[in-house]
Amino acid sequence: MRARVHVTLKPGVLDPQGKAIAHALEALGFDGVADVRQGKYIEIDLEDGGSGEGNAGAAEARVSEMCEKLLANTVIENYRVEIDS
Amino acid sequence: MTSAMTSAIVVFPGTNRERDMAEALELASGRPPAMVWHRDTDLPEADLIVVPGGFSYGDYLRAGAMAAHSPVLRSVVEAARRGAAVLGVCNGFQILVEAGLLPGALLRNASLKFVCRDIGVRIETGGTIFASGYNAGQTLRMPVAHHDGNYFADAETLDRLEGEGRIAFRYAPLEGEGADRFNPNGSVRNIAGIYNEAGNVLGMMPHPENAVRPDQGSTDGRGLFAGLAAALG
Repeated sequence: MRARVHVTLKPGVLDPQGKAIAHALEALGFDGVADVRQGKYIEIDLEDGGSGEGNAGAAEARVSEMCEKLLANTVIENYRVEIDS
Repeated sequence: MTSAMTSAIVVFPGTNRERDMAEALELASGRPPAMVWHRDTDLPEADLIVVPGGFSYGDYLRAGAMAAHSPVLRSVVEAARRGAAVLGVCNGFQILVEAGLLPGALLRNASLKFVCRDIGVRIETGGTIFASGYNAGQTLRMPVAHHDGNYFADAETLDRLEGEGRIAFRYAPLEGEGADRFNPNGSVRNIAGIYNEAGNVLGMMPHPENAVRPDQGSTDGRGLFAGLAAALG
Protein backbone atom coordinates (compact mmCIF):
# COMPACT_ATOMS: atom_id res chain seq x y z
CA MET A 1 0.00 0.00 0.00
CA ARG A 2 1.32 3.41 -0.86
CA ALA A 3 0.57 6.69 0.88
CA ARG A 4 1.00 9.97 -0.98
CA VAL A 5 1.44 12.99 1.26
CA HIS A 6 1.18 16.57 0.05
CA VAL A 7 2.50 19.24 2.42
CA THR A 8 1.70 22.85 1.52
CA LEU A 9 2.07 26.19 3.26
CA LYS A 10 -1.10 27.47 4.89
CA PRO A 11 -2.86 30.37 3.20
CA GLY A 12 -1.48 33.61 4.64
CA VAL A 13 2.02 32.23 5.23
CA LEU A 14 4.40 34.11 2.93
CA ASP A 15 6.04 31.81 0.36
CA PRO A 16 9.10 33.59 -1.05
CA GLN A 17 10.12 30.47 -3.00
CA GLY A 18 6.72 30.35 -4.69
CA LYS A 19 7.09 34.04 -5.55
CA ALA A 20 10.55 33.46 -7.05
CA ILE A 21 9.18 30.59 -9.15
CA ALA A 22 6.35 32.82 -10.39
CA HIS A 23 8.87 35.50 -11.40
CA ALA A 24 11.04 32.93 -13.17
CA LEU A 25 8.04 31.60 -15.10
CA GLU A 26 7.16 35.15 -16.12
CA ALA A 27 10.76 35.75 -17.24
CA LEU A 28 10.55 32.60 -19.38
CA GLY A 29 7.55 34.07 -21.16
CA PHE A 30 4.79 32.03 -19.51
CA ASP A 31 1.88 34.44 -19.31
CA GLY A 32 -1.11 34.12 -17.07
CA VAL A 33 0.57 32.85 -13.90
CA ALA A 34 -1.44 34.51 -11.13
CA ASP A 35 0.30 32.91 -8.15
CA VAL A 36 2.61 29.99 -7.25
CA ARG A 37 2.69 28.18 -3.92
CA GLN A 38 5.33 25.47 -3.53
CA GLY A 39 5.28 22.52 -1.18
CA LYS A 40 6.51 18.96 -0.63
CA TYR A 41 5.36 15.61 -1.93
CA ILE A 42 6.27 12.49 0.05
CA GLU A 43 5.61 8.85 -0.91
CA ILE A 44 5.48 6.26 1.82
CA ASP A 45 5.33 2.53 1.07
CA LEU A 46 3.49 0.78 3.86
CA GLU A 47 3.87 -2.88 4.70
CA ASP A 48 0.98 -4.78 3.22
CA GLY A 49 -1.85 -5.04 5.71
CA GLY A 50 -4.21 -6.33 3.01
CA SER A 51 -6.57 -4.27 0.91
CA GLY A 52 -10.14 -3.32 1.72
CA GLU A 53 -11.70 -0.20 3.08
CA GLY A 54 -10.91 -0.88 6.74
CA ASN A 55 -7.19 -1.22 6.06
CA ALA A 56 -7.06 1.88 3.85
CA GLY A 57 -8.82 3.83 6.59
CA ALA A 58 -6.37 2.59 9.23
CA ALA A 59 -3.43 3.44 6.96
CA GLU A 60 -4.78 6.94 6.39
CA ALA A 61 -5.14 7.49 10.14
CA ARG A 62 -1.60 6.21 10.70
CA VAL A 63 -0.09 8.46 8.00
CA SER A 64 -2.06 11.45 9.32
CA GLU A 65 -0.42 10.82 12.69
CA MET A 66 2.98 10.79 10.92
CA CYS A 67 2.11 14.17 9.40
CA GLU A 68 1.10 15.64 12.76
CA LYS A 69 4.28 14.40 14.47
CA LEU A 70 6.94 14.90 11.82
CA LEU A 71 6.10 15.32 8.14
CA ALA A 72 4.31 18.68 8.45
CA ASN A 73 4.82 21.62 10.77
CA THR A 74 1.19 22.39 11.47
CA VAL A 75 2.04 25.91 12.64
CA ILE A 76 2.72 26.86 9.02
CA GLU A 77 1.73 23.87 6.87
CA ASN A 78 -1.34 21.88 5.84
CA TYR A 79 -1.14 18.27 4.70
CA ARG A 80 -3.26 15.96 2.58
CA VAL A 81 -3.00 12.16 2.60
CA GLU A 82 -4.02 9.84 -0.26
CA ILE A 83 -3.88 6.06 0.05
CA ASP A 84 -3.41 3.85 -3.06
CA SER A 85 -4.38 0.30 -2.42
CA MET B 1 36.23 34.63 35.72
CA THR B 2 34.87 31.67 37.62
CA SER B 3 31.29 30.80 38.28
CA ALA B 4 29.62 27.70 39.71
CA MET B 5 27.43 27.49 36.58
CA THR B 6 27.62 24.10 34.87
CA SER B 7 26.64 23.77 31.23
CA ALA B 8 26.14 21.16 28.53
CA ILE B 9 26.11 21.51 24.74
CA VAL B 10 24.05 19.11 22.62
CA VAL B 11 25.78 18.04 19.40
CA PHE B 12 24.07 16.54 16.34
CA PRO B 13 25.54 15.35 13.05
CA GLY B 14 25.84 18.63 11.13
CA THR B 15 26.14 20.90 14.17
CA ASN B 16 29.06 23.27 13.56
CA ARG B 17 29.08 26.04 16.18
CA GLU B 18 29.56 23.86 19.25
CA ARG B 19 33.23 24.78 19.69
CA ASP B 20 32.54 28.50 19.45
CA MET B 21 29.78 28.04 22.03
CA ALA B 22 32.09 26.01 24.32
CA GLU B 23 34.72 28.75 24.13
CA ALA B 24 32.20 31.47 24.99
CA LEU B 25 30.83 29.48 27.93
CA GLU B 26 34.28 28.68 29.30
CA LEU B 27 35.29 32.33 28.95
CA ALA B 28 32.30 33.38 31.04
CA SER B 29 32.23 30.64 33.67
CA GLY B 30 35.79 29.30 33.80
CA ARG B 31 34.41 25.78 33.28
CA PRO B 32 34.34 23.80 30.06
CA PRO B 33 30.82 22.62 29.16
CA ALA B 34 29.98 18.92 28.79
CA MET B 35 29.56 17.95 25.15
CA VAL B 36 26.58 15.62 24.68
CA TRP B 37 26.29 13.54 21.50
CA HIS B 38 22.80 13.20 20.04
CA ARG B 39 22.59 9.47 20.73
CA ASP B 40 23.03 9.99 24.46
CA THR B 41 19.74 10.03 26.28
CA ASP B 42 21.27 10.89 29.63
CA LEU B 43 21.94 14.58 29.88
CA PRO B 44 24.47 15.42 32.58
CA GLU B 45 23.12 17.57 35.40
CA ALA B 46 23.72 21.12 34.21
CA ASP B 47 22.36 24.57 35.04
CA LEU B 48 22.36 25.51 31.36
CA ILE B 49 21.77 23.37 28.29
CA VAL B 50 22.72 24.84 24.92
CA VAL B 51 21.53 23.69 21.51
CA PRO B 52 24.05 25.36 19.19
CA GLY B 53 24.00 26.39 15.54
CA GLY B 54 24.76 24.44 12.41
CA PHE B 55 22.81 22.24 10.03
CA SER B 56 21.69 19.28 12.10
CA TYR B 57 20.82 16.33 9.84
CA GLY B 58 21.50 18.51 6.80
CA ASP B 59 18.27 20.49 7.42
CA TYR B 60 16.40 17.50 5.93
CA LEU B 61 12.60 17.90 5.76
CA ARG B 62 12.69 21.27 7.62
CA ALA B 63 15.53 22.95 9.52
CA GLY B 64 15.54 21.44 13.02
CA ALA B 65 12.78 18.87 12.36
CA MET B 66 14.96 15.75 12.61
CA ALA B 67 16.92 16.87 15.68
CA ALA B 68 13.68 17.84 17.43
CA HIS B 69 12.64 14.18 17.41
CA SER B 70 15.97 12.70 18.50
CA PRO B 71 16.26 10.92 21.89
CA VAL B 72 18.51 13.59 23.42
CA LEU B 73 15.96 16.31 22.67
CA ARG B 74 13.35 14.47 24.72
CA SER B 75 15.78 14.78 27.64
CA VAL B 76 16.26 18.49 26.88
CA VAL B 77 12.47 19.02 26.86
CA GLU B 78 12.17 17.22 30.21
CA ALA B 79 15.03 19.27 31.70
CA ALA B 80 13.36 22.48 30.46
CA ARG B 81 10.05 21.43 32.05
CA ARG B 82 11.94 20.85 35.34
CA GLY B 83 13.25 24.43 35.08
CA ALA B 84 16.78 24.08 33.63
CA ALA B 85 17.87 27.06 31.53
CA VAL B 86 17.91 26.17 27.82
CA LEU B 87 19.48 28.33 25.11
CA GLY B 88 18.97 27.59 21.42
CA VAL B 89 20.99 29.62 18.92
CA CYS B 90 20.29 29.65 15.17
CA ASN B 91 19.71 25.97 14.27
CA GLY B 92 19.21 25.47 18.02
CA PHE B 93 16.33 27.98 17.88
CA GLN B 94 14.86 26.10 14.91
CA ILE B 95 15.14 22.83 16.87
CA LEU B 96 13.46 24.24 20.01
CA VAL B 97 10.60 25.59 17.90
CA GLU B 98 10.18 22.25 16.11
CA ALA B 99 10.25 20.47 19.48
CA GLY B 100 7.40 22.66 20.72
CA LEU B 101 9.39 24.34 23.51
CA LEU B 102 8.87 27.72 21.81
CA PRO B 103 5.91 28.89 19.68
CA GLY B 104 5.96 29.81 15.99
CA ALA B 105 8.17 28.68 13.12
CA LEU B 106 11.28 29.79 11.23
CA LEU B 107 10.68 30.14 7.52
CA ARG B 108 13.06 30.60 4.60
CA ASN B 109 14.59 34.13 4.59
CA ALA B 110 12.39 36.55 2.66
CA SER B 111 15.36 37.31 0.35
CA LEU B 112 15.74 33.54 -0.30
CA LYS B 113 19.47 34.09 0.30
CA PHE B 114 21.71 32.79 3.05
CA VAL B 115 22.60 35.84 5.12
CA CYS B 116 25.92 36.12 6.96
CA ARG B 117 26.77 39.54 8.40
CA ASP B 118 26.77 41.64 11.55
CA ILE B 119 23.38 42.95 12.59
CA GLY B 120 21.96 45.06 15.43
CA VAL B 121 20.10 43.23 18.19
CA ARG B 122 18.04 45.29 20.62
CA ILE B 123 17.32 43.97 24.12
CA GLU B 124 13.53 44.11 24.38
CA THR B 125 13.05 42.57 27.81
CA GLY B 126 15.52 43.16 30.63
CA GLY B 127 15.83 41.44 33.97
CA THR B 128 15.74 37.84 32.72
CA ILE B 129 18.46 35.27 33.48
CA PHE B 130 19.62 35.60 29.87
CA ALA B 131 19.60 39.41 29.75
CA SER B 132 20.91 40.17 33.24
CA GLY B 133 24.18 41.36 31.71
CA TYR B 134 22.43 44.01 29.60
CA ASN B 135 20.03 46.94 29.89
CA ALA B 136 16.67 46.90 28.14
CA GLY B 137 16.79 49.04 25.01
CA GLN B 138 20.51 48.49 24.47
CA THR B 139 21.53 47.55 20.89
CA LEU B 140 24.25 44.93 20.46
CA ARG B 141 26.36 44.01 17.45
CA MET B 142 26.64 40.33 16.60
CA PRO B 143 26.55 38.18 13.46
CA VAL B 144 23.74 36.17 11.93
CA ALA B 145 24.43 33.25 9.58
CA HIS B 146 21.32 31.46 8.36
CA HIS B 147 19.00 30.60 5.50
CA ASP B 148 15.85 29.97 7.55
CA GLY B 149 15.56 32.69 10.16
CA ASN B 150 12.33 34.36 9.13
CA TYR B 151 10.30 34.11 12.34
CA PHE B 152 6.59 33.56 11.87
CA ALA B 153 3.67 33.15 14.27
CA ASP B 154 0.00 34.06 13.99
CA ALA B 155 -1.08 37.51 15.20
CA GLU B 156 -2.67 36.10 18.36
CA THR B 157 0.57 34.36 19.38
CA LEU B 158 2.61 37.48 18.60
CA ASP B 159 0.32 39.67 20.69
CA ARG B 160 0.58 37.20 23.55
CA LEU B 161 4.41 37.14 23.30
CA GLU B 162 4.50 40.94 23.36
CA GLY B 163 1.99 41.21 26.20
CA GLU B 164 3.90 38.72 28.35
CA GLY B 165 7.32 40.30 27.80
CA ARG B 166 8.51 37.25 25.87
CA ILE B 167 10.15 39.07 22.94
CA ALA B 168 13.78 38.75 24.01
CA PHE B 169 15.42 40.57 21.08
CA ARG B 170 14.46 42.49 17.97
CA TYR B 171 16.59 43.37 14.98
CA ALA B 172 17.50 47.06 15.11
CA PRO B 173 19.63 49.34 12.92
CA LEU B 174 23.34 49.53 13.65
CA GLU B 175 24.80 53.02 13.50
CA GLY B 176 24.37 54.37 9.98
CA GLU B 177 22.30 51.41 8.80
CA GLY B 178 19.23 52.07 6.69
CA ALA B 179 15.72 51.25 7.85
CA ASP B 180 15.26 48.86 4.92
CA ARG B 181 18.28 46.72 5.79
CA PHE B 182 18.41 46.01 9.50
CA ASN B 183 15.96 43.08 9.46
CA PRO B 184 18.11 40.41 7.77
CA ASN B 185 15.44 37.79 7.07
CA GLY B 186 11.94 39.31 7.00
CA SER B 187 11.05 38.19 10.54
CA VAL B 188 7.59 39.32 11.60
CA ARG B 189 7.74 42.36 13.90
CA ASN B 190 11.56 42.23 13.59
CA ILE B 191 11.73 39.38 16.12
CA ALA B 192 15.23 37.97 16.66
CA GLY B 193 14.65 35.91 19.82
CA ILE B 194 11.84 34.79 22.13
CA TYR B 195 11.32 33.28 25.59
CA ASN B 196 9.02 30.46 26.64
CA GLU B 197 6.24 31.14 29.12
CA ALA B 198 8.35 30.34 32.20
CA GLY B 199 11.30 32.41 30.93
CA ASN B 200 13.84 29.58 31.25
CA VAL B 201 14.05 28.82 27.51
CA LEU B 202 15.47 31.32 24.99
CA GLY B 203 15.66 30.84 21.24
CA MET B 204 17.54 33.37 19.08
CA MET B 205 18.85 33.57 15.51
CA PRO B 206 21.91 35.84 16.09
CA HIS B 207 25.17 34.30 17.33
CA PRO B 208 26.31 35.80 20.66
CA GLU B 209 29.03 33.11 20.87
CA ASN B 210 30.67 34.67 17.80
CA ALA B 211 30.88 38.10 19.43
CA VAL B 212 33.04 37.44 22.49
CA ARG B 213 36.59 38.24 21.30
CA PRO B 214 37.87 41.53 19.85
CA ASP B 215 39.17 39.73 16.73
CA GLN B 216 35.59 38.65 15.99
CA GLY B 217 34.67 42.30 15.49
CA SER B 218 32.47 42.62 18.56
CA THR B 219 32.44 41.53 22.19
CA ASP B 220 28.77 42.42 22.70
CA GLY B 221 27.83 38.74 23.07
CA ARG B 222 29.85 38.37 26.25
CA GLY B 223 27.13 39.94 28.37
CA LEU B 224 24.75 37.08 27.64
CA PHE B 225 27.15 34.43 28.91
CA ALA B 226 28.45 36.55 31.78
CA GLY B 227 24.86 37.30 32.80
CA LEU B 228 24.00 33.59 32.76
CA ALA B 229 27.15 32.71 34.73
CA ALA B 230 26.18 35.29 37.35
CA ALA B 231 22.49 34.31 37.45
CA LEU B 232 23.05 30.54 37.50
CA GLY B 233 26.41 30.35 39.28
